[in-house]
Amino acid sequence: MTEGRAVAPELEPASLPVRRPDLKVKLLTIFVVLTNVFGNLAMSWGMKHQSAALGLSPLPYIRLIFSPWVMLGTALLIFWLLSRMTLLGWADLSYVLPVTSIGYVLNAILGKYIFGEAISWQRWLGTAAIVVGIALVGLTAANTTAEPEEAR
Amino acid sequence: MRWTMVAIIVGATALGDVLQSFEMKRHAVSVKQLRPEHWARTLGGLARRWPLLLAVFLMAISFFAFMKLLSLADLSFAVPATAASVVLETLLARVLLGESVTALRWAGAFCVACGVVLLAM
Repeated sequence: MTEGRAVAPELEPASLPVRRPDLKVKLLTIFVVLTNVFGNLAMSWGMKHQSAALGLSPLPYIRLIFSPWVMLGTALLIFWLLSRMTLLGWADLSYVLPVTSIGYVLNAILGKYIFGEAISWQRWLGTAAIVVGIALVGLTAANTTAEPEEAR
Repeated sequence: MRWTMVAIIVGATALGDVLQSFEMKRHAVSVKQLRPEHWARTLGGLARRWPLLLAVFLMAISFFAFMKLLSLADLSFAVPATAASVVLETLLARVLLGESVTALRWAGAFCVACGVVLLAM
């Protein structure tokens, strides 16, 4: 799959350059996180306040998309998809994954305080482990492949 | 049923992300192309790239599976559980995208897997 794409020469992990993200990457990252968190929140609110039984038929799902909260959530998640796609062109997949992980924590906190969801200590520990894991990945070099020509 | 949905979400998300990363690295969107007056042309350009179309199709599968999952489980379960895609994506980034995956990066992926197991308890 690396065909047609300039790949950096083999480098030792210790000598990999850590490219600091510039302002446009940081701003887009914040936008990606917020659209994802509030998109999930609106979707969850819409799904919890619907009465239709969801089975294998696609029709109830299509009807649900046109309910206000699910529509808002869908719109936000479309913005999330397009902005994340752009971010993936500016930064490594292995950079995008850790920095957007804060969304998991925000979702758990919002789930607890807005929906009153019960979160056991195992779930908090699991969420913490996921965040630590993704933060560890974030400590490695941000970009291990060549920069795209059209990105700048 | 909810773990079947998690598996569908993880598989479709990982493949979709790899396809997006591959294609967007080849032809990234510039800041100029993000201006509102260029939105139509930018979206039109993205819509003609088959890896992105396939990625969007996979994301749609993930999206509908996520809707189903939200009707079965709490948001505080659904969102962290789907983080298992990070492990699969790290593997695919190494094998398919040629990214350098160090021991630290693998340790991070292992932590994520442990987190998903804890969520299942």
